[in-house]
Amino acid sequence: MIGESAPLERVLTTLGHSEPDRVPLFLLVTMHGAKELGLGIEEYFASGANVAEGQLRLQRRFGHDCYYAFFYAPLEVEAWGAEVVFRDDGPPTSGEPLLLDRERITSLQPPRVAESPQLGRVLTAIAALKERGENAPIIGVVMSPFSLPVMQLGFEAYLDLIFERPDLFARLMAVNEEFCVEWANAQLAAGATAICYFDPVSSTTVVTPEQYAQTGLPVAQRTLPRIQGPTATHFASGQCARILDEVVGTGTAVAGVSAAEDLAQLKAAARGRITLLGNLNGIAMRTWSAAEAEAQVKAAIAAAAPGGGFILADNHGEIPFQVPDEVLLAIAEAVRTWGRYPIDWTDG
Amino acid sequence: MDQPAEEFRQALLAMDRVAALAVLGGALRPDDPFTSLEEVVVPALESIGDEWENGPVSLAQLYMAGRIAEEAVRQVAPETGPYTGSRIGIAVLEDHHALGKRLVLSALRAAGYGVQDYGHGLSVSRLAQRVHEDRPDVLLVSTLMLPSALSVRRLVAELELPGSRPTVIVGGAPFRMDPGLWHEVGADATGRNSAEAVALVQQFTGGAS
Repeated sequence: MIGESAPLERVLTTLGHSEPDRVPLFLLVTMHGAKELGLGIEEYFASGANVAEGQLRLQRRFGHDCYYAFFYAPLEVEAWGAEVVFRDDGPPTSGEPLLLDRERITSLQPPRVAESPQLGRVLTAIAALKERGENAPIIGVVMSPFSLPVMQLGFEAYLDLIFERPDLFARLMAVNEEFCVEWANAQLAAGATAICYFDPVSSTTVVTPEQYAQTGLPVAQRTLPRIQGPTATHFASGQCARILDEVVGTGTAVAGVSAAEDLAQLKAAARGRITLLGNLNGIAMRTWSAAEAEAQVKAAIAAAAPGGGFILADNHGEIPFQVPDEVLLAIAEAVRTWGRYPIDWTDG
Repeated sequence: MDQPAEEFRQALLAMDRVAALAVLGGALRPDDPFTSLEEVVVPALESIGDEWENGPVSLAQLYMAGRIAEEAVRQVAPETGPYTGSRIGIAVLEDHHALGKRLVLSALRAAGYGVQDYGHGLSVSRLAQRVHEDRPDVLLVSTLMLPSALSVRRLVAELELPGSRPTVIVGGAPFRMDPGLWHEVGADATGRNSAEAVALVQQFTGGAS
């Protein structure tokens, strides 16, 4: 369309805390690609070529501003040897934890990225998106070393480990950090534009700011500078307002924020320092009407878009399979209608 | 909140097992152990649950508070067995993440309830079978993902078949994110945290534990 920026230019402008032509939209759809190709979810994710094709079609259909190379949350632990349970109406989940005996951490070795078929499929998808995509950023994904253990040990056992076995916790972080850096850099080398660092355990929903300062923060401070490209830290519905200063200090460019937080207050704290990504409620989105979608988009734009530094997205980083295409189209349409800069229709 | 309950709350948030045990031991009335403990434990856990809802308390603190409270009750009053007036069951549907179940289980046990734990990763038909065999009065169902939350609808339908089903209380992230979802899937109630789950169990089982 005449007068429209390319998605990458739009995103880079907002990351520079300036106003692009309109608010960038990241529809973080994963399983919808299977629907698009007429495949089951397990069959779809069995091939990097499928995922690339799905992402290309979804981006063309909805007109959003990225390709999302995220397959499913337990993909990394699958590469470590864990069981993954597929279902036909939602994302696969991790089965029994990999490390039922936490003492195994002492001898734990990470998988090598080049030797993993699971990780290889993601790299194939990224390379295909790089080759065939049309000037939109390709978002690679890693689980933070601090959050991955929820799937390695189980949540309960991991919290016990943090509080009871600092020696094993330190060893696990060291192993996970090496893996995370290698995996992130492999995605960048394959063609990813940036890496989304999923770190829900660092959110204040899960640990206190004091605990974060002793755990997730130093892990991020050690890990993020070794990733050879821009990063976004995503709290996957967890809250981050009370640790935003520390998050900014890690050097990450973007914070993925929760629908449970006040977006305007977050924007006031983030302005000119870190771009906000969010915060539409992906669960509630399933039953939105077109009018509700428009109202939600308008509210988010009014709260956080003025001045740039804002990308509209869901708050979790994975839009549920049950969200109808009509809702996604309504969101995209609302962004085109109300997200054009300057944002001059708000009261503020 | 009364002083012992406030002291117990502070000990739980500080993850101070020794202090928690001392407060609870001091509050114990030998002639009525469960009522006396309940007066301390339930308000403390309710307050911590509210504080998690509103921000200042983290999930990790909520988890450790439930665990320490459960351990303290077991140590202070090991002879006063669980309340047996109502049968209560709990499970995680279609998922292996069991933290939510654990939080509720600890809070219920700390409040004096005996609970049958059906485990995690159960299919709808497997959980329905367990319920038919065990016949609980109240079934608490924890879910992590939206598809599992939507599966509660099939679970409720299967439990209806024999004609008498337990009260179904659901919880977990999907129900927190979509406040109308519990009603849509046919559950009887939802608790946003472990303290709310205890309050609902009290309500549906006729009051005190």
